[in-house]
Amino acid sequence: MVPSSELVARVQAGEPAAIARLISRAEQGAPEARDALTRIYKLAGLAEIIGITGVPGSGKSTLVAKLTEKLRANGVKVGVIAIDPSSPYSGGAILGDRIRMAELAGDPGVYIRSMATHGASGGLAHAALEAADILDVAGFGTIIVETVGVGQDEVEIVKASHTTVVVSAPGLGDEVQAIKAGILEIADIHVVSKCDRSDANRTVVELKQMLTLGSKAKDAKPPWQPPVIGTSAVSGDGFDALLEAIERHRATAAGGPLGRERRLAIAQFRLKKTAETMLLRRFADDFAQDGAALARRLTCRETDPYSVAAEFLEQTTFCESHGARHEPDGRSKIA
Amino acid sequence: MASPIRILLAKVGLDGHDRGVKVVARALRDAGMDVIYSGLHRTPDEVVTAAIQEDVDVLGVSLLSGVQMTVFPKIFARLKQEGANDMIVVAGGVMPDEDVVALKKMGVSEVLLQDTPPEKIVSRLRELVAQRGAR
Repeated sequence: MVPSSELVARVQAGEPAAIARLISRAEQGAPEARDALTRIYKLAGLAEIIGITGVPGSGKSTLVAKLTEKLRANGVKVGVIAIDPSSPYSGGAILGDRIRMAELAGDPGVYIRSMATHGASGGLAHAALEAADILDVAGFGTIIVETVGVGQDEVEIVKASHTTVVVSAPGLGDEVQAIKAGILEIADIHVVSKCDRSDANRTVVELKQMLTLGSKAKDAKPPWQPPVIGTSAVSGDGFDALLEAIERHRATAAGGPLGRERRLAIAQFRLKKTAETMLLRRFADDFAQDGAALARRLTCRETDPYSVAAEFLEQTTFCESHGARHEPDGRSKIA
Repeated sequence: MASPIRILLAKVGLDGHDRGVKVVARALRDAGMDVIYSGLHRTPDEVVTAAIQEDVDVLGVSLLSGVQMTVFPKIFARLKQEGANDMIVVAGGVMPDEDVVALKKMGVSEVLLQDTPPEKIVSRLRELVAQRGAR
């Protein structure tokens, strides 16, 4: 087994096999990889991250493929992280996003990695952000993160990308209304896909109308108004406009308060996710050890779950054992 | 925390028969594996590139068109070129007995013919990954 720390230099050199292996280690959450990922985090931060989200079947993968082609034509190296759901029953997954990205397969300037959610909620996979950092360090200038097909409140992508594109498909009619309190709110750019269909224009109009409803009358002028762009993978229409809108959003955000707020939100989200993961792992370990014994006291109803849970949490330190101090005050805040 | 076995299932060349590969994909998913499907009409180079980027444990190539003796040498040449010597390569589909022998000599870890029950495929893949060990 190659130590993860040795992989970092090879990732910096852009070696595909090293990139691939380090992403796997991040996905496995191997403690051995932590130092390597620490170094990766510090080296990363150069790439522009574009999030693509939308309901299942809205055409996210196709859009990613077309967008990647455009970016490649401009000479940008593109990393793609394509997330598909794991089965809630078997834990397995069928990751089919590559099927729509066939034309990119032979291009060494494109790196595609499929990830399964493995029980993560929110539309992203556990190590999606680590994978983005690794591709960043490997020299991919733009990283496209494609979420699972989302429903209403899987909005994590907005806290993981510099520009979020929400894809809607025509013909879903009332669905536009139904999801307007959910993912539509997070869009920096709206795309209506499949615009070769006759009912697409209606969806564009509906979206535009919905956006005017939300505008705050008192605000002088918001720094960014989400545009609505129609695209068609069949005719190729709209992708130049989309790329231009992404560039415009990047330029608006860069250096301004919009960009600063976004970068802080991204860092805060990353911190929260990392802390949660550490907490849950520790919790799972401790619970695996003591859970059965504690539960036994419940079965004869000599005590109650509230008292036992409180007692269990008292005993758990919730921090990583090495070098961490046990602080009772900090613990109650986390709980 | 053991992570699921990752496998790329690929269709190479002009072969358009994808019913079998989809049945296998479903069976492996139901066995808890992460299955990446390439889609139809890939080249050996594309398949190897994808397998490396995805860091799969197993590269499974489904062929029902009789071109296995052309495709697999190209796959192994490319794997060698990329230094991916720890990739487990498995063949599936319809192929004559003498080709099975030749493929195994070439480095194919297992040839799963069309009458292999899904549970046999699952258990064989698990065996092969366990034999390879951690990487």
